[in-house]
Amino acid sequence: MSKSKAEWLAARYPRDADRLERFSTVSDMDVEPVYTPDDLPGWQYDRALEHPGEYPYTRGVYPSMYRGRLWTMRQFAGFGSARDTNERFQFLLGQGQTGLSTAFDMPTLMGYDADHPRALGEVGREGVAVSSLTDMEELFSGIPLGDVTVSMTVNCTAGTLLAMYLAVAERHGVAWNRLGGTIQNDMFKEFIAQKEWISPPQPSLRVVVDMMEFCAAEAPRWHPVSISGYHIREAGSTAVQELAFTLADGIGYVQAAVDRGLDVDSFAPRLSFFFNVHNDFLEEIAKFRAARRLWATIMRERFGAKNPRSLMLRTHAQTAGCSLTAQQPLNNVVRVAIQALAGVLGGTQSLHTNSMDETLALPSEQAVLVALRTQQIIAEESGVTNVADPLGGSYAIEALTDRIEREAAAYIKKIDELGGIVRAIELGFPQKEIAEAAYRYQQQLDRGEKVMVGVNKYIVDEGPPLELLRVDPKIEREQAERVRRRKQARNTTRVQAALTAVREAARGTANLMPPLIAAVKEECTVGEIADIFREVFGVYRDPAWI
Amino acid sequence: MAERRVRILVAKPGLDGHDRGAKIIARALRDGGFEVIYTGLHQTPEMIAETALQEDVDAIGLSILSGAHMALFPAVIDQLKQRGITDVVLFGGGIIPPEDVLELKRLGVSEMFTPGATTDAIVEWVRTHVRPH
Repeated sequence: MSKSKAEWLAARYPRDADRLERFSTVSDMDVEPVYTPDDLPGWQYDRALEHPGEYPYTRGVYPSMYRGRLWTMRQFAGFGSARDTNERFQFLLGQGQTGLSTAFDMPTLMGYDADHPRALGEVGREGVAVSSLTDMEELFSGIPLGDVTVSMTVNCTAGTLLAMYLAVAERHGVAWNRLGGTIQNDMFKEFIAQKEWISPPQPSLRVVVDMMEFCAAEAPRWHPVSISGYHIREAGSTAVQELAFTLADGIGYVQAAVDRGLDVDSFAPRLSFFFNVHNDFLEEIAKFRAARRLWATIMRERFGAKNPRSLMLRTHAQTAGCSLTAQQPLNNVVRVAIQALAGVLGGTQSLHTNSMDETLALPSEQAVLVALRTQQIIAEESGVTNVADPLGGSYAIEALTDRIEREAAAYIKKIDELGGIVRAIELGFPQKEIAEAAYRYQQQLDRGEKVMVGVNKYIVDEGPPLELLRVDPKIEREQAERVRRRKQARNTTRVQAALTAVREAARGTANLMPPLIAAVKEECTVGEIADIFREVFGVYRDPAWI
Repeated sequence: MAERRVRILVAKPGLDGHDRGAKIIARALRDGGFEVIYTGLHQTPEMIAETALQEDVDAIGLSILSGAHMALFPAVIDQLKQRGITDVVLFGGGIIPPEDVLELKRLGVSEMFTPGATTDAIVEWVRTHVRPH
């Protein structure tokens, strides 16, 4: 009869022969040399787990998972002009991608038009330049918006961009209630991690809730928020912090909507999530499972949601950008493949795989094709899609799932004790936790305790560089000129009236979406509308904590 | 008389919000014994040069990951010149392709630290290349 694990460790485990002092995940979580039933005292399938598609959804949100439907293959894309990005969209759809995901440039994301001094050097660089409705029309020219789901990664200018998207759909003859897709619109994580903001947290939250309320009524298939952990993780957090802060953000949005008088089941089914998939294979799979279990419990017990769809954490995932190396970039293909597999075994609904050249540039066509094929090979050749939650029941995975759930719940409790996520953000709590974790990881890398192959181990003289995507600087001049001409060609009276209506709604409590939609139809620009927010809601400045 | 401590400005020009690296460098330099002023995000070249002047810094570390470095680094250099600041050591980091690193060094940036550089290497470089003026 086998010994207990404790006895076995004491009697048989050769601790002196271990290669390292510690064995820990990339998040610095210590893990056991082996997991056994002793690590799961009292664990029983019926009580601890449940089938896929059954509350609390640890094993997945749907009964058939990938047998019924594969995850959406949704590569984040955007650069240069609307025309350039439209071409890349068509290319990706032609190569078998099943959903679109839009990257906008920094001026668009921060509320500046292409002709603004603050846009210098930035137009079309990190994503596509969109200053007004005409750009949005060009961006989605020839794309069947009623049939393809579109995600847009934009936050403090999300109201304006969603208004434009709805206006374009209208012009395409697609009813808003047919539109499926997502707008990121997660301002809490901006203050915590991604740092794209205009105004302080409270008015930013008001805009988010306006959009949640509007979409629940007018675009019920649309996801008005993508509650994100990806950026929190990229900023250097641990897996537990990524999960905890993301769900704390989600709690903040649900609470704000409920406080406004919305019934939780009227909007919760269209909340969506977005997680990172980092290097540690086991930790990531466990994180996704813990995420679903924890959110379902929160929604049912804390918020009293009744509709099962309000309890399901449905998520997009992206492989970790911060894990990629500029050195020996072909190795990134391997990293992404392992991470993508973890995302699939974690049960994601949608996936972006990074390209090998993304440490130095936006993806080239060749590189993004390999990244897309990575997903297609997992889907068609690996066999993992035949079985829902195939690692469920593994002692390691179940123990890690329980542990991550427990530790994330403790952080959420701490944030509650601070007075909720807005207060925690004002105090800098998540920001400082993340900075601390980031610093600790960097020290571990510098000391060689954590390895980055090609960077601090297995170093070579680098060969000739990859052909990188370059954004032509003339795009900035052209876009700035286009914006100037459009501003001159507009009906000034109608533009002023439209902006006034936005200002009045902003000053009061009326939902901002109707005046935003009317304004974008007059070619009011991203910058003009953002200026109104600056004026009415104030300008948030980086606290600049180190 | 004891030499005063070297003062370093760590700055984030432009709209780029990626501050993980800049904050780590700022902290490592502070732990390494330097006086560090961190500007925070979303600084214009004018703001950076003005802070450099007001804080009487010996070196400026510019961090940029948004691809706008070829516009913003030269603009910072220009703003420093306009304020008569000529003895500040400039270094930088972020997402900068190799050919741009060469060009920026030609323009007056002393060193660029790109992905994979260790904090120890950066702190040591500053120690050897930056003196209080």
